[in-house]
Amino acid sequence: MKSRLPGAGLLLLALSAFAADRTPVQQAPVEAAAFSSPFAGSERARKAGAKLYERECATCHGANGEGSGKALPLHSLEVDAAAPGRLFWVLTNGSLRRGMPSFASLPARERWQIVEYLKQAR
Amino acid sequence: VSLITLKRISLLIPTLACVLHSQAHAGEGPFFVTYTHQMEEPGNLELATKNIVGKPDGGNRLLGSALEFEYGVKGWWTTEFYLDGQATAGDSTVFTGYRWENRFRLFLREHWINPVLYTEFENINGADRSLLEVVGTDGNDDLIGPNHESRTEKKREMEAKLILGSYFRGWTIAENFIAEKNLNHSPFEFGYAAGVSRPLALEARPDRCNFCAENIQAGVEIYGGLGTHERFGLHETSHCVAPTIAWTLANGTRFTVSPGFGVTETSAPFLLRFGVSYEIGQFSRSARRLFGAAGGRP
Repeated sequence: MKSRLPGAGLLLLALSAFAADRTPVQQAPVEAAAFSSPFAGSERARKAGAKLYERECATCHGANGEGSGKALPLHSLEVDAAAPGRLFWVLTNGSLRRGMPSFASLPARERWQIVEYLKQAR
Repeated sequence: VSLITLKRISLLIPTLACVLHSQAHAGEGPFFVTYTHQMEEPGNLELATKNIVGKPDGGNRLLGSALEFEYGVKGWWTTEFYLDGQATAGDSTVFTGYRWENRFRLFLREHWINPVLYTEFENINGADRSLLEVVGTDGNDDLIGPNHESRTEKKREMEAKLILGSYFRGWTIAENFIAEKNLNHSPFEFGYAAGVSRPLALEARPDRCNFCAENIQAGVEIYGGLGTHERFGLHETSHCVAPTIAWTLANGTRFTVSPGFGVTETSAPFLLRFGVSYEIGQFSRSARRLFGAAGGRP
């Protein structure tokens, strides 16, 4: 039993390193894709999301989502292809090890408005 | 130095920050005493003043003020530094010490209940009136001593808190359990704080606005002492109920007001808290650029 402990420790380390390497969208569980936006296609929600993006996200991700430093660009194939529910999950949970904070303090509808902006801004 | 001067100083830094820098939103709830599990965003610096005015039974009118610098070190680690001072009418205005606190988020993802571990070292004196927490048998009598006497009492204290926070359908719910120990003497002292709050609107309007419901958060917090390890309980402890409201301007400046009502004989009957805060987005990056440029580097 003793000889298995270092191996288990190494496995945990490897798993946590793997989790840290994955992008925030990759960290979102598959089932998060099932969440659907209450604002799908809404122009009003996109505009509200743009305002919220400027306030909450632009400092790190750039005014046009170009990314900066550790903050990934938001106009990427990965973000474009991601289901809205997975983006909502990323906003809710963040990716604290990669430096992205959780935005769960925003009401859920405001998080969906940001998702609408990201999806419609392509 | 007068009460008015201290008020002016306490408003100066956030005002300067508003004028000079790019905004980010101050993300915490509208509370003065209760902590939520919301952490400062990595690299952001929040400047804030937390002030308290009141006239305790048997004492003179006072203004306690804490100037706060909150910095996000990591997504799961926030550090804060406070400078405290107070002014008492008919007495004097004094600097009362400093505090350094750190908060560590224990879970990396959102759960129903999100625990945060809080540790603080404070080096203040007995004249401190910022009342950022209530522990043990703290109460009205601690607010009425003359400054020249109370400032001679040294308070080098360690404090730990367990912060539990939840978000539920737009509501923020937080509970804090506090343990404090004076490093020189005195027993362990305990206290609590809890609060609930909610924005007046749960979705944003498309236009940039100051006077809109989404920018206003209302709530209530309760806090008080729980005695010491030798005499744990509610006997001779003070407790306060404080409705609170926060208004955030479109440029990110936040104003918070909270009237607090003492509910036991040992509590100060009424204390009004008010504060201003402003968050500087990616302060560390801006500072690096500033010093890099000063050194001639690109």
